[in-house]
Amino acid sequence: MTTFQIEPMGEQAVIIRFGTVIDRQTHEKVRKFSAWLDQHPVPGMIEYIPGFTTVTVFYDPVAFYVRQTSVLTLNEPSFSAYERMRMVLGEALAQLSDHLPAAGNTVEIPVLYGGEMGPDLAEVAAYHQMSEREVIRIHSEGEYHVYMIGFAPGFPYIGGLSETIATPRKTSPRLKIPKGSVGIAGKQTGIYSLETPGGWQIIGRTPISLFRPDRNPPSILKAGDRVRFVPISAEEYQSYEEGKA
Amino acid sequence: MSLTVIRPGLFTTVQDRGRFGFQKHGVIVGGVMDPFAYKMANLLVGNKGTEAAVEMTMKGDTWEVTEDTVLAICGADMEAAADDKPLPLWKPVWVRAGTVIRFGVSKLGARTYIAVAGGVQCPLVMNSRSTYARAGIGGYEGRALQKGDELKADEPGRQSKKLGELLQKQAKGGAFYAPDWRIAADHLPRYHGHPVVRVVKGNQSDWFTEESRNAFFGQEFRVSPQSDRMGYRLEGPRLEKLDKSRELVSEAVTFGTVQVPAEGNPIVLLADRQTTGGYPKIAQIISVDLPLIVQTKPGDVIRFREVVHQEAERLLLEREQLFRQVRLGMKLKYE
Repeated sequence: MTTFQIEPMGEQAVIIRFGTVIDRQTHEKVRKFSAWLDQHPVPGMIEYIPGFTTVTVFYDPVAFYVRQTSVLTLNEPSFSAYERMRMVLGEALAQLSDHLPAAGNTVEIPVLYGGEMGPDLAEVAAYHQMSEREVIRIHSEGEYHVYMIGFAPGFPYIGGLSETIATPRKTSPRLKIPKGSVGIAGKQTGIYSLETPGGWQIIGRTPISLFRPDRNPPSILKAGDRVRFVPISAEEYQSYEEGKA
Repeated sequence: MSLTVIRPGLFTTVQDRGRFGFQKHGVIVGGVMDPFAYKMANLLVGNKGTEAAVEMTMKGDTWEVTEDTVLAICGADMEAAADDKPLPLWKPVWVRAGTVIRFGVSKLGARTYIAVAGGVQCPLVMNSRSTYARAGIGGYEGRALQKGDELKADEPGRQSKKLGELLQKQAKGGAFYAPDWRIAADHLPRYHGHPVVRVVKGNQSDWFTEESRNAFFGQEFRVSPQSDRMGYRLEGPRLEKLDKSRELVSEAVTFGTVQVPAEGNPIVLLADRQTTGGYPKIAQIISVDLPLIVQTKPGDVIRFREVVHQEAERLLLEREQLFRQVRLGMKLKYE
């Protein structure tokens, strides 16, 4: 039996909570329920957002009303649209343990580490009193899990960074971090999908675009995917760039 | 139908209701700040209500109407004038090609919408025509409008065409014409520099001290100058968590979410909000009161009042009924 809580977020969304701390078990439930929503679009649902421990369903309350003469009336007068939504989702959630999450992909992210592309690699190495090569080896050997896409289009929140290279954020954030930058912030690692300001320690850059607005889906990663970082040379980086053109 | 920017306003973009269905990929919803004024403007020109329109901020543009156009201006009063004669708000207006329309600085309210019959023509990106400036996509070339930009309209529907023909006839050779009927004033939002904004409980409202919760509803909050389409920062009594070390795991947020960072000043998330956030939510502004907050300006003062969830849903339905009445009225008059 899956334990969960359903609560409203305003009158056009509900949050379903499967837990309060970040762990793979809770995230498994998030993924199962997301897969169920993909296969069973709930009437009135507009879209959903999977989080670390939650799934938020956005819906149109007007869809629960029918037109009688000139006025709109609830098609189930004893329940509000919210209560109806809660019931429909609650029934699905009660059956959730029987479902499987959607299979995640394994996505390889090529990274040119260090140098101009990774201006903080030396700082990270010095912080841990190891060589830059050692940081690259640990980072690229890790097994990573995408918990959610948020903050910016295509920006993945990735878990699984080795504690041995966990590094605090920079004391003063940079005003511009180039698109594709791969960074470390505390126990997280991530990839900047757009140019934004930010305080992460930048150790490398990928020539791959994580966000491609002209494709569907526009994000190359999704919650539940596994990520591997593959070190590449400057020449390989260059040929990726040329391949794009 | 088309409009050309002669002199740009402060920040003018093309928007529709927003980009839905892509939030799980981290793509923001965006779209209009004042959903009521936007939808009403569309309905008043005989559109379906979801077409792209122009959103002007604080100070409007000067436009040349380069082809005969039916348009409606809704939202803040920027003292629109066509060839120096005042143009009415909340009405369809037929405007002759060659007419210059000037918008000034809004005295009350912050955002004004221009809907055109057929809707502003621009490509659909991820199912929406909204401008998403940071990613450089949607709207007019993914950016705010500049001098010389020309907006064309899509082919108007039957109702818009008939409306245009009728108004053109009544214009009797004048530069513009608006019908003499109007939407009853009590159906229109009361934009105010000191609005009372209704909210329901936020998902973490019980994380805050009783003093903070009382202060949230009992005291005033000033809109800070650091406020934009992404969110409004408010200044007022410091709101504190019961357990200062308690941290929220990032989860979804929505239009009108009031979140509180550690320093204690609330932020209201608006159209260009991120999809997720990690600050506790003290309150959620109800949908029908979103126009009140987005039409405030830096320096304006807000008070919050709590309503129950059922009331929020009832008010949303009431608003939907109003849109249906307007649509029906337009149909009876112009079809």
